[in-house]
Amino acid sequence: MPTSPRTTTDEFIKGLWRENPVFVQVLGMCPVLAVSNTAINALAMGLATAFVLIMSNIVVSSLRSFIPKEVRIATYILVIATFVTVVDYVIQAISLDLYKALGAFISLIVVNCLILGRAEAFASKNTVVRSTMDGLGMGIGFAFALFCLGAVREILGAGSIFGIQLFHDSFQDWVVMVLPSGGFFTLAGWLLLFNWLKQRKAKKEQMTALPLAEEPAQ
Amino acid sequence: MSNAELTAGPAPTSTWQMYRAMVGVGVCCGLLIVTVYQVTLPVIEENKAEALQAAIFEVLPGATTSATYRLEEPNGFQLSDAKAVGEQRVYAGYDADRNLVGLAVEAHGMGYQDVIRLIYGYSFDENAIVGIRVLESKETPGLGDKIETDPDFLENFRRLDVSLSEDQEALAHAIVPVKHGEKTNPWEVDGITGATISSKAVASILDRSAQYWVPRIEPKRADFERQE
Repeated sequence: MPTSPRTTTDEFIKGLWRENPVFVQVLGMCPVLAVSNTAINALAMGLATAFVLIMSNIVVSSLRSFIPKEVRIATYILVIATFVTVVDYVIQAISLDLYKALGAFISLIVVNCLILGRAEAFASKNTVVRSTMDGLGMGIGFAFALFCLGAVREILGAGSIFGIQLFHDSFQDWVVMVLPSGGFFTLAGWLLLFNWLKQRKAKKEQMTALPLAEEPAQ
Repeated sequence: MSNAELTAGPAPTSTWQMYRAMVGVGVCCGLLIVTVYQVTLPVIEENKAEALQAAIFEVLPGATTSATYRLEEPNGFQLSDAKAVGEQRVYAGYDADRNLVGLAVEAHGMGYQDVIRLIYGYSFDENAIVGIRVLESKETPGLGDKIETDPDFLENFRRLDVSLSEDQEALAHAIVPVKHGEKTNPWEVDGITGATISSKAVASILDRSAQYWVPRIEPKRADFERQE
């Protein structure tokens, strides 16, 4: 594969699929497993995290020449914690029920390794535009992954999606799916699917590359 | 700062630069938080007042309307503004025939992680707590937060005895937490395995609040009967 310099669009797209924070990087598992019991909780948590990620990426990358490396982690955490507090107030203002459902996990966004990871590994070394795109891609990828989990768990566990009943009364809810163990089952299922897709793609590439590789044998 | 450029290798960062970065970022962050807090506060307060109204009807089964009363010692209770929330207030619930169902009282205290705020319903007829709802808690998800959902635990508060002692000054029996499955008396709170501290916290919050409120509200029942 030719290693061409990445365009800004690449920075956005990589987070959605190829480097998806949940399904590929397997980061930030605590909220992924805990608050993905319904689609709405998962989506709210995903969007809250995405917002914090984008904002912290913007701030960190715009201050990257201003922040000395000795105090960078402390400063990043300060920035992240500020945006988490902002999100906390905004969610309380939007809906107290949602706030109660997400509970302690909103404050725990501060220690989501995905956010500090992007600040340290990407935003501190890249321009504001690239970092914003990276944050957007990773954030949406994270929200998408959480939604995938939440939707599956709600459909199977409660027979509904966004609180709307899907099946006839005769559908027996798989209660285990909304319990913590269901989070692990669903995550495992999605990881299987992603790895299977990845392997199939790699195999295909190998097949097409093989005839060329045979010629200069020895 | 120019001498930093002269030295070879990575330039050492001056203390001033570190101060500048951390204090600068800190001040900006503080300002942002204060601004957002001020903007969202009225909306949040309104949401909380609404949630409180809903909770009143939940902890007083059968109640359909409510009124807020303010304690004015030593005279008794006065009707107060419905929107107002505060320390010395109780909420009276009435059924469809305008009969007094009971009082809802707010209480709070320290839980395992942070303050637990809850509301409980007191029934004059039964001399007991007849319902409880946690309004705010940050207990450990999956363990401590069972105080809101565990059916066995909530069963305690369907009828938790808080009758007064003979001198009418305190509860006849303090509300005490016991281990799960060891409840024998109606004033004991059957704890939750795996949420020991949180369930004990709920019992002690209720005990403290009931010790204060029940001796004050019980003799003043007439204050709450709706005068029409």
